[in-house]
Amino acid sequence: MRVTQGCFSFLPDLTDEQITAQVQYCLDKGWAVNIEFTDDPHPRNTYWEMWGLPMFDLRDAAGIMKELAECRRVYGDRYIRMSGFDSAHGWESVRISFIVNRPKDEPGFRLQRQEVGGRSIRYTTVSYAVDRPEGERYGDGA
Amino acid sequence: MSEPATQPPKEEAAKPPVSIDLRKEFEAVEIEAVLAQLDQELIGLVPVKTRIREIASLLLVERIRQKMALATTFPTLHMSFTGNPGTGKTTVALRMAGILHKLGFVRRGHVISVTRDDLVGQYIGHTAPKTKEILKKAMGGVLFIDEAYYLYRPENERDYGQESIEILLQVMESQREDLVVILAGYADRMEKFFQSNPGFRSRIGHHIDFPDYSDAELLKIAELMLQEQNYKFSPGARAAFENYITIRKSQPLFSNARSIRNALDRMRLRQANRLVADLDRVLTADDIMSLEASDVLASRVFSKA
Repeated sequence: MRVTQGCFSFLPDLTDEQITAQVQYCLDKGWAVNIEFTDDPHPRNTYWEMWGLPMFDLRDAAGIMKELAECRRVYGDRYIRMSGFDSAHGWESVRISFIVNRPKDEPGFRLQRQEVGGRSIRYTTVSYAVDRPEGERYGDGA
Repeated sequence: MSEPATQPPKEEAAKPPVSIDLRKEFEAVEIEAVLAQLDQELIGLVPVKTRIREIASLLLVERIRQKMALATTFPTLHMSFTGNPGTGKTTVALRMAGILHKLGFVRRGHVISVTRDDLVGQYIGHTAPKTKEILKKAMGGVLFIDEAYYLYRPENERDYGQESIEILLQVMESQREDLVVILAGYADRMEKFFQSNPGFRSRIGHHIDFPDYSDAELLKIAELMLQEQNYKFSPGARAAFENYITIRKSQPLFSNARSIRNALDRMRLRQANRLVADLDRVLTADDIMSLEASDVLASRVFSKA
């Protein structure tokens, strides 16, 4: 099941050219672009691992694309997303976030039902991927 | 879409043009304005201007070749500026970024000016991230490395400068279309630097030498600087300043236009002091604008000579 979160996630995967254009848009707006990765696709998993530091004061997308290539080389089997952080007063928050890399095979989520007092049921979703330990969740753990 | 359907317009567009109007191309990039500004605002430096003109022409031709699908490789644009202090290397580097941007050889046209401190770290594993950070910032523009020879310290073989040099060389080669590196420094030490790092010399396409300014040029520079700040020399001050230049040049640590700028700053200081000393007079705009001979002659340069 294809994970959809952040911008553009209902579209086909962005090409590098399209990613470059989006990153350049962020830079032109004066946002700091970050690269983050994770192998836990749960929608409530908000804080992903950061690849390096937030990239402040950049003018051109080429440097960020180079970092992305580097991140893909190491964590190509995981989810990688980019976010644009706006440090302007009043915003001080992430303005855009989009997935730029995803595992080849996304097994999706199972729905768990828990019977509680009376006849109520609590529902929760668990990703099949997290059944395996961190770092081995996608591919053969290579 | 009024064309008849029999003509395939797509194929026509894909074909590179066979002939190009040079004048139109020239005017389209507005390069003449930049070069004219260079001529006007930078005094002297004739060999530098000639060289920049040549590079600009080459790049214009290269651009046309790209349009005609004749160009196969991206031209090497990395440069080395050598010359004494205060000869305008940084100023020209800033202009260069503008020229390259107008011609479409760098995407943003900003300049990141760095020295050894910004590139080389203090402990193992500190240098590479630092250098890469700077390179990322310079992407799409010009990286100006002032006093580049400090990067290489032959007397210390564990110096981290070498690591920085290796990263620079790699990026200069593999990302030629993303950034232009300009190295600057004194001629003799740059020569030594290139001798010990032959990789650098071969990756740099243009070596430009900045000559020292003549006395007349320095005076012109001084007047231009004053004009920008809405000051002017009185006739007496002008004559005194001519004298000042001659004497200052013979003294140690003379750094061309930079020395002139510092001298002017001190003269403004003395002028302000002179004006404030006499509080009971009515000042005109002319009084505030003009530097008198006494402001110039109070300089230590004269007492030493």
